[in-house]
Amino acid sequence: MPVTVKTFDRLRDAVSALSSDSGARFLGGGTLLVRRLNEGRSEASTLIRSTDRAIGEIRPSGSRVFIGAGATMARIAAHRDLGFLKAAANAVGGPAIRTMATVGGNICAPYPFGDFTVALLALEAKVSIQSGYNKRDVSLEDFLAGRGRDNRTVISGVTFRRPDSERDFRFLKVTRSRPKGAAVLVIATNLNLRGGRMSSPRVAYGNMAPGPIRAKALEAALNGKTLDKAGIAPALAVATDGCAPVSDPFATEQYRRDVLPVYLERLLLG
Amino acid sequence: MSLIPVQFKLNGEDKAEFVDSTATLLSVLRDKIGLLSPKAGCQQGGCGCCTVLVDGAPQLACLTLAVTCEGKSVETVEGIGRNGALHPLQQAFMDHFAAQCGFCTTGMIMAAKALLDSNPNPTREDVVEAISGNLCRCTGYQPIINAVLAAAGGGDGHRTS
Repeated sequence: MPVTVKTFDRLRDAVSALSSDSGARFLGGGTLLVRRLNEGRSEASTLIRSTDRAIGEIRPSGSRVFIGAGATMARIAAHRDLGFLKAAANAVGGPAIRTMATVGGNICAPYPFGDFTVALLALEAKVSIQSGYNKRDVSLEDFLAGRGRDNRTVISGVTFRRPDSERDFRFLKVTRSRPKGAAVLVIATNLNLRGGRMSSPRVAYGNMAPGPIRAKALEAALNGKTLDKAGIAPALAVATDGCAPVSDPFATEQYRRDVLPVYLERLLLG
Repeated sequence: MSLIPVQFKLNGEDKAEFVDSTATLLSVLRDKIGLLSPKAGCQQGGCGCCTVLVDGAPQLACLTLAVTCEGKSVETVEGIGRNGALHPLQQAFMDHFAAQCGFCTTGMIMAAKALLDSNPNPTREDVVEAISGNLCRCTGYQPIINAVLAAAGGGDGHRTS
């Protein structure tokens, strides 16, 4: 199927064009859609892109952080105010991929990709969606569940509250192919430590289901507990509750279930 | 199919081409312009042998649409030598036997150049990270890492952090 690329200066014009063409998809950094184009497997007849600089903005402001959907992993990793996200951004591919890969693309990436999105999920990010000339915010969790997703809309950015302490935010990507490769599993936490105890902690997993998920049973079990071996032991027993990992070339379902509590304990106590 | 004009700097010289809107930078460089150093490997973003610098940052030419390079600066291995002399990275790759079949070499050199341009004094770990998106099936990587360290410091390439 022949494919055409259309470029728009303003994001809202790109969104407008997207909404009027059911065969169109929005092109971010190209690491996924151009790959499919090269493979001759593009589902889209039109790729729409925008050169609007606003979609690449990164705006930390007090405790709130806005990252435009077009911001690349390399820019996030290098941003002096986003040190806590450096490991998550650097988990995405090698340097050349990170120059290209965007936040919006990572959120929309199919399994087994989307490692950075796991970090955003632990941060309870809101996704700003633009459709036509309208904007709305939905929780990332709802967006991933499909409740905010529509092919005729574009993610314009994400907003989240900065962790109170860099110690609260932890990120781990486990891979078998070194130094880079698709994940066996990904864990991100925002522990919200208060006087040595976790207060409404947030934990998200990647590749423990067909998409990034929150570990809600674990979060409930960690709430109010101390961050030590005895404090987290009951929570580790429910660490895989709600997970639905699949078997793929990187790991079996059972392997993922078996190793997750091990890596989680190391991450929490490390 | 209509062609789109795209203008960019290629190794310091102005270039203007008419390209298909879905043409990758790799196909334009190799098939239209005739620069063969960026290699067509996996074309999935997995091997890194098409790595070029776009505005100084490493980028995979196989996943970069040529139209996205409008107004930008593209650098390939053909453009890194000066006055007929090899770039220090090219010389170090020769001196340290960092190329065997050579298919990954140009991508490795460009990935390494991106590192040294921003960090002239890298550690071994920095070099490993810088070439982490580039596959080599011949050398086992150690000669490549040694070559990059040697190019950086002018030494024997065995520096660690």
